[in-house]
Amino acid sequence: MVAERPLQRSGVLIAIGTLAGLFSGLFGVGGGTVIVPLLILWLGYDHRAATGTSLAAIIFIAAFGAATQAAYGNVRVLDGLLVGVPAIGGVLIGTWLQQRVHVRVISLMFAAVLVASAVELLLQ
Amino acid sequence: MIWAIPIGAVAGLLAGMLGVGGGVLFVPGLVLLVGLTQHEAEATSLLAIIPVALVGTYRQDRYGNVRHADALLLGGLSVAGAAAGVVLANALSGTVLRDLFAAFMVIVAARLVRRALRRDEPTGETASQDNAPESTRATGPPV
Repeated sequence: MVAERPLQRSGVLIAIGTLAGLFSGLFGVGGGTVIVPLLILWLGYDHRAATGTSLAAIIFIAAFGAATQAAYGNVRVLDGLLVGVPAIGGVLIGTWLQQRVHVRVISLMFAAVLVASAVELLLQ
Repeated sequence: MIWAIPIGAVAGLLAGMLGVGGGVLFVPGLVLLVGLTQHEAEATSLLAIIPVALVGTYRQDRYGNVRHADALLLGGLSVAGAAAGVVLANALSGTVLRDLFAAFMVIVAARLVRRALRRDEPTGETASQDNAPESTRATGPPV
């Protein structure tokens, strides 16, 4: 069910952009969780192109979301920079490691951290 | 405040390795370790994502993985959705938003587990590169 005609493709891109924006704005995340699978499913992207294209779209999505949140006075600029700038180094090392480590074990560990954090949030 | 730096570094590391966005760890990290409210953490996470996505895009582009026209369209067309999402988030109470976020984290975790158990991909994405043209192959980090 891959969209191939130009008009169909545009419609699909509008749908993915809107869904990703909603998701990103609601949860404060990039929206890659929505974009990557939909690009693969609806537009026939391979995983790498979907990841790369999703990252580029996220620059805009996160910027729009952050600007709207700023209007509500919710953005802590210093904290954002203290998280975001070191994260660049993390991503560079992580991407390099991706080719060299067993991603499966790390995925499972990461999943465990996510569930533990979710429980912690619920208990707050 | 001091926790912000390790949150960023660890979330970035995992994001780079697993292709899962940093935001899913930025937000709980900012709430649980820095003490921001759920709304502040989500807003601040969006800001923190921008530099990460910029650098990530630059690198992916070097590997030929960014389809520019589609990315611009997707990004541009997300304005309304992003604004609506933020308005919706601010219409919800911190407690409801936090519980929704926790549910989202569990879903991401479940997807990671399913992917890890289903596919036999010991070296991550390397396998799919075998089919890529020489020019688009990742050849390690640029200096």
